[in-house]
Amino acid sequence: MGILVNKDTKVIVQGITGKQATFHTMQMLAYGTKIVAGVTPGKAGQTVDGKDKDGNEVKVPVFNTVKDAVDATGANASVIYVPARFAADSIMEAIDAELDVVVCITEHIPVLDMVKVRRYLEGKKTRLIGPNCPGILTTDECKLGIIPGYIHKKGHVGVISRSGTLTYEATFQLTAAGIGQTTAIGIGGDPVKGTDFIDALKLFKDDPDTLAVLMIGEIGGNAEEDAAKWIKENMPDKPVAAFISGRQAPPGKRMGHAGAIISGGKGTAADKIKALNAVGIDVADTVAHIGDTVVKTLKKAGIYEKCHTC
Amino acid sequence: MNIHEYQSKQVLKSFGVNVPNGKPAFSVEEAVAAAKEIGTSVVVVKAQIHAGGRGKAGGVKLAHNLDEVEQFAKELLGKVLVTKQTGPAGKKVNRLLIESGADIAKEYYLSFVVDRQTAKVVMMASTEGGMEIEKVAAETPEKIFKEYIDPVIGLAPFQTSRMAYKLGLPKPAIRPAQKLMSCLYNAFIGKDCSLAEINPMVLTKDNDVMALDAKLNFDDSALYRHPDIVELRDETEEDPKELEAAAADLNYVNLGGDVACMVNGAGLAMATVDILKYFGGDPANFLDVGGDSNPEKIAKAFNIMLEGGQSKGIFVNIFGGINRCDQVAEGVIAAAKIVSEDGKSMPVPVVVRLEGTNAEKGREILKNTPIKNVIMAPTMEGGAEQIVKLVNEAKA
Repeated sequence: MGILVNKDTKVIVQGITGKQATFHTMQMLAYGTKIVAGVTPGKAGQTVDGKDKDGNEVKVPVFNTVKDAVDATGANASVIYVPARFAADSIMEAIDAELDVVVCITEHIPVLDMVKVRRYLEGKKTRLIGPNCPGILTTDECKLGIIPGYIHKKGHVGVISRSGTLTYEATFQLTAAGIGQTTAIGIGGDPVKGTDFIDALKLFKDDPDTLAVLMIGEIGGNAEEDAAKWIKENMPDKPVAAFISGRQAPPGKRMGHAGAIISGGKGTAADKIKALNAVGIDVADTVAHIGDTVVKTLKKAGIYEKCHTC
Repeated sequence: MNIHEYQSKQVLKSFGVNVPNGKPAFSVEEAVAAAKEIGTSVVVVKAQIHAGGRGKAGGVKLAHNLDEVEQFAKELLGKVLVTKQTGPAGKKVNRLLIESGADIAKEYYLSFVVDRQTAKVVMMASTEGGMEIEKVAAETPEKIFKEYIDPVIGLAPFQTSRMAYKLGLPKPAIRPAQKLMSCLYNAFIGKDCSLAEINPMVLTKDNDVMALDAKLNFDDSALYRHPDIVELRDETEEDPKELEAAAADLNYVNLGGDVACMVNGAGLAMATVDILKYFGGDPANFLDVGGDSNPEKIAKAFNIMLEGGQSKGIFVNIFGGINRCDQVAEGVIAAAKIVSEDGKSMPVPVVVRLEGTNAEKGREILKNTPIKNVIMAPTMEGGAEQIVKLVNEAKA
């Protein structure tokens, strides 16, 4: 199981003929993802060639528009590698084509462009993930984005993270501790985005394979505080462990991610840790203790044996 | 990106926002000439630095004649102003704003920001003008009023009207206040601001409404479509290392300490700063080298960390995802060639932790090309602990 994407998800790659997109298309194919089409305006008729996980040749056809690609292939998801100044438009094109899941990897999309995108999403069926995120990976089935697949092992822990590298770091620690994962979802480091912690938590709550969740947050905004409250009220049966980065971040400084900024004294790591602890969620002391903290949480909930899958 | 108050007011004026008559001055002579030209009985001499809290720190003076203007200008230009927002080092005043004095009846607060939760621009206003809005929000949140703006419709007249009445403005000031709000919103949208703040917005004794102070911050991701704003950048207000890093496409924040770190990914970079502190270190910086870490970029990063003798030790913490550990290892070797005389040593201890894509290969490269002072760490935890220990030993 897992959430949002699986082995049957039919994926198009927007901006597929770009260097990074072509590289990651190969990686996604090799992981087992069903890439059925690519989109680059003006490049219809070309193909992007790769190999699937069994080593068979795959020729991914390129179309001019998302609509053409969907009509020809029945795709239901998209991953976007389009440059920042065109990315918001690409997201809206994918929403307009009524795709179920749209993942946007692109960093540095202007915030006011994302405000428009969020307005455009209202009343539409699409679940947008990102932007400025590493994507989503359901173990051994499918990945959309840039997450390195080999560190993931099948299991029962869901991972939600605002940071790309911390998703890899945390998953690496989980796998090393023998704790496999259902789906890892990078929700992205931007202030205005498609999916936030609560949205992802709701999906994991309804996934019978996911028995526990790891949340990786950082300074800026109050999504972690909101999530803590939501977990207490709505998900008593699935334990959650967490990590928050940016304890030492000075106020008013943007720490790499557009959304990672303490403004007006709000959005500090201390506040987030306090809110999580207050509802009984263990927060790892340092980034090196994420794996240990999850193990501790699973043991406390009596599901360690069940979750020790690899 | 931030700009000065006088620049903010020039931008706002071009959008029709009512601002006091004013001119920037870079010297005492210019200050006096500007005051003469403005010609009001009272002029305000305002220090221009990229930080708030200037009034309380003595950076804003009321002058009643040209002699006073000259005196205050002499006093402020070149002075290091320490405000609540500058930190203890303060900021040197290189520019002044000379402005006509206003006859203030009451002060208000007005701002626009993007609200993360609703993904909408929100207009916030308060009757508690001239105060720190964070303090008002904490102590008397009922005195802050908000209007969420539909991006398709824009700021509607009923919203500015509702806000003006909530603020309790006198009848003749309602329309001027509404105009100021909508002009400020247009500037916010038109220039891709991340913050537009008027504190205080003042009601004058003849029922006019104007922006007495103004602060605009801009969304860095949108600067490509505002070359006029980019030109307003004052690099003397920024950390030289941060500027150098930005030019090399490195995400760097100077934290002032002596244990440096070089990391890939913003989240892991923040977490690395935290773990250095956890083990008792004093972090020198946040540094995210990003996803495409070629050897030249890594070498540049080392240069910046070592500049000025700030770093007494460096922790390289890499989890290879898109970027590959072998490239980072090559980068460390390339850096040694640049930063040392013999080309194969580091001036301070460098502890390297490589994990993820091509980690084995990276470790192999560093094993085969030994560089003095470079130590491989078996784990992240061990590496962080070790570099802090080495720096503390060197200091003792």
